Parts: sequence; structure tokens; C-alpha cells
Amino acid sequence: MSGVMRMTEWFNRYGNMLFTATGTHLLYVVICVSIAFVVALSLGLLLSRKPRVANVIVAVASILQTIPGIVFIGVLFLYLGMTPLTVIVALTIYAIFPILKNTLIGLSEVPFEYKDAAKGCGMSSKQSLFQVELPLAMPTILGGLKMSTVFTVSWAVLASMIGQGGLGDFVYIGINTNNNMLIIAGAIPAAIMAIILSILLTRLQNKVKLRVSGMAVQS
Amino acid sequence: MTWEMIGDHLFIVFIAVAITMLIGILLGIISYYFKRLGLIILWLVEILQTIPALALLGLIMIVLGAGKVTTITGLVLYSLLPVVQNTNLGLKEVDEGVKDAARGMGMTRTQRLFMIELPLSMPLIFTGFRISIVNAIGVAVFGAFVGGGGLGNILYQGIRVQNARLILQGTLVLMLMAFVFDFGMGYLQKIVEAKTTHNPDIESDDSVSM
Repeated sequence: MSGVMRMTEWFNRYGNMLFTATGTHLLYVVICVSIAFVVALSLGLLLSRKPRVANVIVAVASILQTIPGIVFIGVLFLYLGMTPLTVIVALTIYAIFPILKNTLIGLSEVPFEYKDAAKGCGMSSKQSLFQVELPLAMPTILGGLKMSTVFTVSWAVLASMIGQGGLGDFVYIGINTNNNMLIIAGAIPAAIMAIILSILLTRLQNKVKLRVSGMAVQS
Repeated sequence: MTWEMIGDHLFIVFIAVAITMLIGILLGIISYYFKRLGLIILWLVEILQTIPALALLGLIMIVLGAGKVTTITGLVLYSLLPVVQNTNLGLKEVDEGVKDAARGMGMTRTQRLFMIELPLSMPLIFTGFRISIVNAIGVAVFGAFVGGGGLGNILYQGIRVQNARLILQGTLVLMLMAFVFDFGMGYLQKIVEAKTTHNPDIESDDSVSM
């Protein structure tokens, strides 16, 4: 009984804060991943006819991806200061790499026969890219999107390191003040958020995959 | 930045990856033998990797307290996915004909596993190992938040005292570490691959007579 009372008391005290923190966290993820997706996809499409440059970009993106996200936040923080913009720019840059890499790889792995067939059907290079190659590469591209999303949920925890809210507030303060309840209150929603987003994107990926294989049968 | 921090970082990563290898290969084998259970195992390790690193470490800290043990435990849970997945996939993808031949020679299940299936899946398992070590180098940075030491401290300190040089120094060392391991293990992998794909049939024949 006292446990329940303590829980209600806790929620009365922190409930609103937790709600706001979850919202802020999700907002960071949605904004950063959306911008990253548009940028990475456009860049990937632009580079799709230049395989040499694309190879170099894939290699560079792989190397940059090994940099922990904390570095992007840290360095940008020095130049942009303690604003939400620091978090958004840093996480967006970080989220671009996996999507860009997968876009380039996905496009380059489209079997030659399909491109040849598209050409044979009288499609222009642009038509072939948008109507044949892009749909076929979509499952791989969405795989990159999923990776970026999971990473971003993870690194957005660090927004609180420079005072920019999110679920990191709870984890961070909890760790520093040895308050287990706060750690749990921040960690569990963050974990659930990552898992749900990942499941949703896997579903989308499967849908696209089915459509693509259906198309292949028809042709 | 001190050598101690670099040493600490490597120490944490090595211990974690060594434990990951043991548990990961074991789980991979179990998930290969028991299909249903295997699906659950693969699903669980995937979920584990989805959980934000700092959140996972925070939760572990509640149980194990601050320190290296917490960081290592977190890293192990976090690095399982590539090893388990690749072990499972490697075992599954061993040619049916080869498995059949081994069965026909009267090899027991254990013999088949250790003499045929595991050696033939080595290249894939090794790839999983490589991915997990490069990942672990990056994730170990979070150790700084839970008192685990390592290069995360340098980054964290650099941010707190607003010193870009410290941050960049730490980053460069981390990148170098990841690069050296990725490259070095890629090289090792080529050697392993050359050995395992060389003449599996003849070698398995030898091992049976032993």
C-alpha cells in the first residue's frame, strides 16, 4: 500500500517533467532523423551515377561513423553554445552517415539486368533511377534509416549533458545523485522508444521488400 | 590525456569482447540447435542493442554500482548481437552436402559441430567479432558516466571545461583505435578465410580418422 502511495507521490512530483522530457526526446529524434533522411537520400541519389566518388564517400562515412556522437555534441557545443540547435545539428550530422552509406550501397547493388531492362524499355537515366533502382534499393535504405533512428534515440540522451532536456535529464541526474528511481524513469522510456521505433521501421522495411519482390515477379 | 586512460579503455574493451565471444558463440550454437528458442534469443539480443547505451549502463549501475564492472557488463550485453547472429548464420549456411557427409561417416552431433560446422563458419563468426570490437570501442566512451574510466573521461572533461583540443585529442585516439582494429582484423580475417575455404573436404576426412 505504501509502495503504491509512494508511486503516486512520485508521479505527482515528476509526472509532468517525465512527460515533457519524453516529448522533447522524441521531437529531437523526429527532427534530426527527418532532416538526415532528406539530406542523405538526395546526396545518395546525386552520387548514384558517380560510383567512384560514391565509393570514397562510403569509406569516409564508415570512418566518421566510428566517432562517438558525444564528440559531435561536444565540439558543436563549443561553437554554438548551450542551445537546442547544437543538439539538432550534431545528431543530424551523425544520423546522415548510416542512411547515406546504405543508400549508396543499396543503389549500387541493384542487379545489372534490371538497369539494362529499364534501358531497353526506353527509360531515361532519371526514370530508371527513380522508377527502378530507387524502389529496389528501398529496403537497404530503410535499414540505414532504422540504424540512424536507434542511434539518435541513444545519443539524444546526451542532450541533457549541455542542459537541453530530453530523457537524459532523468538518467543523468539519477546517476549523479545516486537516485535509482530517476535512472529507471529515464532509461525505461528511452529504451521503449528505441524499441518501438525500430519495430515500426522493420515493419515498413518488410512492406517495401514484399512490394519489391512482387514487382520482380510481375516483370 | 594519459596512457593510463588509453590502457583503461583497451582493457575494458578487451575483457568485454572476450566475454562476448564466449557467451555469443554459445548462444549462437544454442539458437542453431533449438530453432524456437533461437528466435527468442536473437530477438532478445537485438532488443538489447536497441536500448540506448547510457540508459542500459544506468540500469546496470543500479545493480552493480559504479565502476569498470558495470561498463564491461553493459558492453557485453551491447556487443552480443553481431556475434550471436553471425554464429547462427554461419552454422546454418554450412553446405547441406558437407553436413550430410559428416553424418554418413558416423560423426556424432558434437563431432560434427567442432570438426565441421564451427570451422566452416569461422569467417562469418570472425566478422561478427570484428563488428563487435569496433562497436565496443565507441560505446565504451559511456563508461565515463558510470565511473568506468577510459577515453570517455577525456571527452567528458573537454566538454566540461570547454577545451576543444582535449575533445579532438580523445576523438583522434578513438578513431585510430577503431581503424587499427578494423583494419588489423580485416587482415586476420583474410588469413582465416584462406585457411577454412582451402580444402575442407580433405581436412574433415583427416579429423575423422583421428
